[in-house]
This record gives sequence, structure tokens and C-alpha cells, in this order.
Amino acid sequence: MIFVWAFVVGGLMCVLAQLVMDWFRMTPGQVLVVFVVAGAVLGGLGIYGKLVDFAGAGASVPLPGFGYTMVEGIGQAVKQKGALGLFTGGLTAASGGIKAAVIFGLVAALIFKPKS
Amino acid sequence: MAVRRRGAATYETDRVWIRGTGSVVGPKEGQGPLKDHFDRVWPDEQNGHPSWEKAEQALLAEAYEEALKKAETAWNGIDMVIGGDLLDQIVTTNFSAREHQRPLAGLFSACATFTEGLGLASMLLSGGGLDQVMVSAASHHQAAERQFRFPLELGYQRTPTAAWTATAAGAVVMATKPGPLRIESVTLGRVVDMGGKDPNDMGSAMAPAAFDTIQQHLTDTGQSPEDFDAIFTGDLGDFGVKVLRRYAKDKHLDLSAVLDDCGRSLYDAQQQDTHNGGSGPGCSASVFAGPLARRLVQGDFRRLLLVATGALFSPTTYQQGETIPCIAHAVAVVREEAFR
Amino acid sequence: MDSDKQQYQQMTQEMMPKRPVLRNAVIAFVVGGLICVVGQGVQGFFMHQGMTTKEASAPTAVVMIGLGALLTGLGWYDRIVKHSGMGGTLPITGFANSMVAPAMEFRTEGLVMGVGARLFTVAGPVLVYGMTAAMVVGALRWLITGVA
Repeated sequence: MIFVWAFVVGGLMCVLAQLVMDWFRMTPGQVLVVFVVAGAVLGGLGIYGKLVDFAGAGASVPLPGFGYTMVEGIGQAVKQKGALGLFTGGLTAASGGIKAAVIFGLVAALIFKPKS
Repeated sequence: MAVRRRGAATYETDRVWIRGTGSVVGPKEGQGPLKDHFDRVWPDEQNGHPSWEKAEQALLAEAYEEALKKAETAWNGIDMVIGGDLLDQIVTTNFSAREHQRPLAGLFSACATFTEGLGLASMLLSGGGLDQVMVSAASHHQAAERQFRFPLELGYQRTPTAAWTATAAGAVVMATKPGPLRIESVTLGRVVDMGGKDPNDMGSAMAPAAFDTIQQHLTDTGQSPEDFDAIFTGDLGDFGVKVLRRYAKDKHLDLSAVLDDCGRSLYDAQQQDTHNGGSGPGCSASVFAGPLARRLVQGDFRRLLLVATGALFSPTTYQQGETIPCIAHAVAVVREEAFR
Repeated sequence: MDSDKQQYQQMTQEMMPKRPVLRNAVIAFVVGGLICVVGQGVQGFFMHQGMTTKEASAPTAVVMIGLGALLTGLGWYDRIVKHSGMGGTLPITGFANSMVAPAMEFRTEGLVMGVGARLFTVAGPVLVYGMTAAMVVGALRWLITGVA
């Protein structure tokens, strides 16, 4: 069942992003920024966490999940380190993804050539 | 020999001919409806050159070669090269000049560069002193994409009005010796900015500039659209041509019988997924130097008005929210009946 | 003159070919949904290895980003996005695409200012505003509820 909800929720999130892009004539970069911020805000309100529990990867794979992950990380870090956690928590939680993107990006740039 | 002024912005030239033309295009252009009319079609976009920028230079060099060959002349017979391209600091035209070693006047008016060059060369030749001038314009899809839009492998959706920068180069040898085509008159355009801001819709931004120059040319020379067998704009594309027709009609000028567009005819929009059509300085240059010149020589057209259009913005200005100033230059080319 | 411009802009807006909004949305739904299903499968694999849902999310992100980078390198990802728009861009695989594509493209400008600097052309803003938003939200939540 989780697969069905992952499909539906993830798909709907992409539809929403597509509509935002088409209606407001935004560039993909602008849409991504809006959605990552929205993920952080919904995470803070406790809504995004419920969505992740419900739809699994359908909520964690789209980019708002990235904002949510960072907010959660900050929550954890503040509990342990206080105010310093506001600075360290977000990137600690997202470090896997960011580091992966940097390393894979670098490797891909060295191996592959752009096609047309 | 002299240049005679007609009206406010049109110059009648005397004894200026096109002796030879060269057109070289990329694979996508080589699969379009005009595929059989170019001198050379590259098998792929890079054709063995290490970067897109170098590929664009090679494309231009090959167009030069073809034009020289057909004009039955060589570089030492060329007094001056006038041309431009789309890349920053017009590197394609400037770097190619390292090889040919002829006096160079580099131009930039984006996709209107080719007719700007034709016009200026006609006036110079007509004024006397020069015998042969090479005029050129080039663009390369991938080189332009990475400068103006996004990296190639970055996924994004094109909007219906987005233009496809052509991988194409066109060059013509112009001379005071008779050739198959003659330049009759030239109208240099002025900048028209109707407030368009969308770099993905240059067609409607440029249409008023095309109208302004066409109307100026017709008024100055006392002609009507039907005096030409065809009026070809540069790269308004599908949407831009529609807008121009309607805009001209509102201003009581009916272009519908003769108006066509180089960018629109370069690709099959349905099959090739090019949306609005081709653009880039090489678009009008190659379409003229290949198919249009051929149709004039064959006698399909006797009189052609070529009106290349340019959107004169940079990535910086549109990010700063500036509107897009546009320009169009017109050149009337006729078949030389005496030259057979 | 300004009313002329306004009239012209209005005319072009009316004549403008419509974006295929419905078709775009349907394809975005299917492709975006499918990418998430793949993500769910990857997460399921890690959970099968004995991780909790929370523990599995980081390795899942790494694998999905790796997939996005690979498909970009092979020249397939831009084709996916051309048809599916946000369906390919919004998932984290699209984030990988936005880093790998410029890095590959500007390889010709060298390893430092080419690859190194360009990795973040599109991803940079996402990180900047994502981090800022997360910090502001975290701080506000801490202030208001006393629990971050």
C-alpha cells in the first residue's frame, strides 16, 4: 500500500509544481526554491512529517522533503547543543544527499561528455 | 558608382552583385525541409572539434570556403570581411580571422547581423574603392544554449514560443563585378522596443521591428509588398510571423501574400520538436546563402526582400528585468537577368 | 506610446499559443510518481536490511542522487524532463541533474572555475534558501513551543 501512496502523493506534488511553473511562468530554479522553502515551513508546522509517515518516499524523494529533513535535523541538534544546533543541524541531516550530489557530480563531469 | 539615398533610411546601391554563396549547417538543419539546398551538412553537431565554440568557427570557415569556391576567387581577392555571430565578443568571427588574415569589420546585431553585413558591404562597394567583400554570420546551437540558456544536459521544458538556435553558417562574396544576384537597395533599421520581456518569446518582441523596417523600405522606395515575390524575415518563427501579419494589418499593410520567415522554414516544427522555429545569426545567413539564393538563381523568385531580425538583449539585461530592444535590417536582392 | 506598447503586449498575450497545461500535469504526475515508487523500493531495500524508516532515508537519498547523476551522464535525464517537466525536476534525482549537467557542460572551462564552480549554478539557490528557511523555521518553532 505504501507504494501506491508514494506514487499518488509524489505524483501530485510534481503536478502542483508543474502548475505553479506553467501558471506563474516561473523558471524551474524558482519553482525548486519555492518548494524547498515550502517543505521547511510545512516541516516546522508538523504537517510534512505526517505526510512522510503516510506516503514514505512519495514525500521524502521530492525536493520539499529536503527542506523538511533540514528542519528535523535542526530540531534534533537544538535538543543536544542548544542555539548552535540552529547552525549545525540542517546540514548534518542533509549531508548524505549534498555530499552525494557533489561527489557524483564531479565524477560524472569527469567521465561523461554532454550530448546534444 | 555611387550610393543614392531614397527617403529617410533607404539607400539604393549601384553595381553590387553577389558572386557566390556558401552555406554549412548542422545535422538537425540537415534533416529539415530545406535539407537539399545547403552546400554541406555536418553529420553531428561537433564534427570532430573539441568544443562547441571551435565547432562554430569551423562551421564558418567551411562556409567561407564554399563561398570562395563558387565565386571563383580566393582570400587574396577579398578586400574586407564583414560579419558577426552570437557569442560574447563575437569570438567566432574574430577567431576565424586568424586564419584568413583579411581586414575585418566585426558586427553585432544578434540575429539581424547577416543583413546588417549585406547592407553595409553593399554601400561600401557601391561607394567605390573596394572590389570584393566577404559577408558572413554564424551560430551554433550548443554554443548558444550554454551562453544564453542552460547547460545541455539540464532537463527543462521549452515553452511553445521558444526558438531553437540553428547550427548554421552562411557566407557570401559580394563584388563590383557582375554575378547571378544583384543588390538593389538597403534599409538599415532602428531599434524598436514594444516592451517584450520574455527571452522565450523573441518572435513577438521582434515583429514590430520587422514591420518598422519593411514599412520604411516600402515607403522610401514607393513600392508595395506585391512588388516582391517574397519578403523573408529572419527568425520571427511561427508565432512571430502570425503576430507580424496581424500587427501589419492593423497598420493597413497587408503582407499575407508574400511574407515568410527563414527560421520557420528551416525545421519541421511538428517532427523536429523545435517549437517556434530556428533562430540565431546563422539561421537567416544559411537560409539565404543556401535555399533562397538558389531559388533566385533558378528563377522561382525574381525579387526578394530579406529582413533579418535581431533581439538585442543579453542574459544580464533580462535577469535585471529590462525589456528587449529589437532591430531589423532589410536588403532587396534581385535576380540578375543579364548575367547568364 | 506607452498605451501602444500596452496594446501590443495585450495582443501578443491573446495570440500566444497556450501551454499544454493539462497534458504537462498528467505526465508530471505519472513520471514524478514513478520516480517516488523507485525511491520507495530503494528505501524498502534498506529497511529490509534492518534499518528503521528514519535511518533508511539518508542512504535512499544517496542512491537516488546517484541514479540521477548516472542518467544525466548518459544523456537521458534531460529527455525525461523535456516531457515530464516538474515530474523529473522536483524529485531529488532532478536535484542531482541540476548539479551534474552544468558541471559536465563547463568541463571545457577547467576543473576549478568550470566543473567546481558550476556544480552549484542551479543547486546553489536551492541550498541557500533551503538552509535559511530551515533555520528560520527551526528558530521560530524553538521560540514558540520551547521545543525545536
